[in-house]
Amino acid sequence: MAVMARARGHARRLPWATAVLATAVTALVLLPPVYLVGRAVSAGSGIEEALTDSSAVQALGRTLLLTASVTGTCVALAVPLAWITARTDVPLARVWTVLLMLPLAIPSFVGGFVMISAFGPGGMAQDLLEPLGVERLPSIYGFSGAWLVLSLLSYPYVYLQASAALGRMDGTIEEASRSLGKGGWTTFVHVHLPQLRPAVAAGALLTALYVLSEFGAVSMLRYDTLTPLIYIEYTTGFDRTTAAVLGLPLIALAALLVTVDGVTRGAARYHTRSGAGRQRRVPLGRWRWPAFALCAVVALLGAGVPVGVILYWLVRGLQSGADSGFVVEALLNSARAAGLAAVVAALGALPIALLSVRHRGWFSGLLEKLSYTGQALPAITIALALVFFTANYATRFYQTLGVLVVAYAVRFLPEALGATRAALLQVNPNGEEAARSLGAGPVRTFLRVTAPQMAPGVSAGMLLVFLSAVKELPITLLLSPIGFETLATDIWSSTSEAFFTRAALPSLILLALSGLAVLLLLRRERLS
Amino acid sequence: MRHGAGGRGRRLAGAVAAVLLLTAGLVLSGCGGDDDEVLTIYAGRSQNLVQPLLEQFSEDTGVRIRVKYGDGTDLALGILEEGEHSPADVYYTQDIGALGALKAAGRLQELPSATLNQVSPAFRSPDALWVGISGRARVVVYNTDDLDPATLPSSILDYTDSEWRGQVGIVPRSDGFPEFVTALRLTRGEEFARTWLRALKVNEPKTYPNNLAAIQAVANGEVQVAFLNHYYLYRFLEEQGDGFKARNYYFSGGDLGGLFVVSGAAVLDTAQNRTAAERFIDYLLTPSAQEYFAEQTFEYPLVTGVSTDTGLPPISEMEPPELDLSDLNDLQGSLDLMRETGILP
Repeated sequence: MAVMARARGHARRLPWATAVLATAVTALVLLPPVYLVGRAVSAGSGIEEALTDSSAVQALGRTLLLTASVTGTCVALAVPLAWITARTDVPLARVWTVLLMLPLAIPSFVGGFVMISAFGPGGMAQDLLEPLGVERLPSIYGFSGAWLVLSLLSYPYVYLQASAALGRMDGTIEEASRSLGKGGWTTFVHVHLPQLRPAVAAGALLTALYVLSEFGAVSMLRYDTLTPLIYIEYTTGFDRTTAAVLGLPLIALAALLVTVDGVTRGAARYHTRSGAGRQRRVPLGRWRWPAFALCAVVALLGAGVPVGVILYWLVRGLQSGADSGFVVEALLNSARAAGLAAVVAALGALPIALLSVRHRGWFSGLLEKLSYTGQALPAITIALALVFFTANYATRFYQTLGVLVVAYAVRFLPEALGATRAALLQVNPNGEEAARSLGAGPVRTFLRVTAPQMAPGVSAGMLLVFLSAVKELPITLLLSPIGFETLATDIWSSTSEAFFTRAALPSLILLALSGLAVLLLLRRERLS
Repeated sequence: MRHGAGGRGRRLAGAVAAVLLLTAGLVLSGCGGDDDEVLTIYAGRSQNLVQPLLEQFSEDTGVRIRVKYGDGTDLALGILEEGEHSPADVYYTQDIGALGALKAAGRLQELPSATLNQVSPAFRSPDALWVGISGRARVVVYNTDDLDPATLPSSILDYTDSEWRGQVGIVPRSDGFPEFVTALRLTRGEEFARTWLRALKVNEPKTYPNNLAAIQAVANGEVQVAFLNHYYLYRFLEEQGDGFKARNYYFSGGDLGGLFVVSGAAVLDTAQNRTAAERFIDYLLTPSAQEYFAEQTFEYPLVTGVSTDTGLPPISEMEPPELDLSDLNDLQGSLDLMRETGILP
């Protein structure tokens, strides 16, 4: 018999080793925001001037609107999709699971361009629809386009976390609900949704932070939020101080979001006394095909359209004799750097997650919140901050693979943290206490009891970090060893000079690599 | 009970330890010695375009090179952050504004006059801090379905006419447009430039984040014309064939629309290897390198006397406006004006 427990924090003493590790990791992650505030302060009275400028105020308004609408859309889209693919008998469930994750691996500078090629004026969709008498499509530029494209690129943050949480949920509670005569819907609302809350909140937070920091797609779609404004300061005026000042509202918004997230996910923990019981897939009955259609439409828009457009570039270019220029080394470099980053980020997230779940208090809460504050900053700001610190204070390590991996981990730590934390919340501490009372030390208890139960959640976090790192650009360009080509740098260097054929193959390989990573995760879960 | 641990826990601990060791190893393996024989180049130019030339330099001279390719602006910002620990010897970019930013920060050192004198004074820094390598012309790209080049305005200033309302594409953040605004201010005065930019804004131009999006928009008929650099068109023609529905309109008679902009190279103040750095810049100005630009990247050679046969209209025929390019270095005033008139957000 399984029981859902709502336990309060355990009044155990703070484990010093964990606390020291967590503090060190947080300090590392805080480097970019600290650097930014330092630069902004040097603006003196210019701070107020830059922030009250009418274009900055308007950009802030757009930022808020876009962040709220994209995050809302992602939750509304991803939670049903996760439930359908993880817990129902929808046809081709595993195929959808892989395809639905893919948009996360599409670099936004490719995503924006692909969507404009497909849905923009005179684009492919219009060409297809013209024979049917459709003269003009609704404009893709401005708010609606930015909202649509960013939602399609970022819903996997929520989808992955929700799927992982559903996967490790105890099936016996669900059976209890059903044995009491409750239907599938009631079970979903009363059993699944409350348990999903921490995971969905973590995914929504990542989505919101992503929208705040997004540059490639919003600038392509002409919706000027704060981040493009910061890029203008950098790229046209080389004004690092004003750019830093404009980053301050992003840090404030990140802090606000993290606080809201803390309130949303509440004080509840969800774990069972026994191990996870067997799950079974819910028969959908006549809803089977509508659910299939929903998966198909989202997969088509988010993964099918980009792959289709990229294939079209490849075929068209090869036909006119252009060079596909694929470098195997780029693939290996991408896989190696992003893979190591996933491991390092997961290890870094662990002490912070352990403290915040098992040793609740002002200190652990503060560490966890602080580690998110840099995440809303544009990638170029983070890259430049890390260039500053490593070039000047770790000169020997500057532009080495090790520093690149650590930089990725710093950038994407929250992605691992959210997933790790959500996983830990579902682990019953009674098992740990039992192990301790039988004489096992804390390390052994963690490795033997806690870690195996957390594994699926941690793997999901590592997958997120991998997919994000593999497409990351400014950090890769500036901090990688000289001559270190990756798929993302190859794609960027080709698209920036109109070599679409050359961009096509690395883009497809990037997607294939990401698909493979998702498959590995799924296989692991099935085996365990 | 201890001996019973074994199994999963131990394996997991082993895996964690292995990963930590591996990471530490990778970090340490990156610590090579400081090799003075190697020239480090930060290249803010497309790798596809210039890599063959850079490799040829290394082959011809025996100087080993390490090249960091990237966005010219990002690399310049990186150099500013690196400060005195910058590993870069040479900075090579298509964005003269970025050279201006490095100059303003005191990060460039003087080039020998023998290098500078190969290029007309119009295409190099007056304080000898950078030299132009290759050039590009500003053009109007037009849609071939809807427009006949013979009927296009012969001056860029006429595109504020109401018949072009909503039909002009601009890339205000790119290399080129801010330089054009600077040229406008320098030749016609601040007030004229302000009035003209306001008129352009009233005419509702569509702004694009980069040149490619703009040229694609012209070919798709989303806008009729766009203000761009000349060479992007040739890349599209190479990939998509002659059916691509856009072409260049070259201004003549010294019209500001035909402004000539250059790529440039400089030696950094922190250069460890100044001799090789200067040798590299000299190499870029040799006839074979200059011909490479004309033939492979569709750019204009800058060294006097290098002839080309590429189908581009010769500079002499285009009669670009007479301007001291080095005056274009300081773009801040132009950016302020573009913001004031609403061209930039």
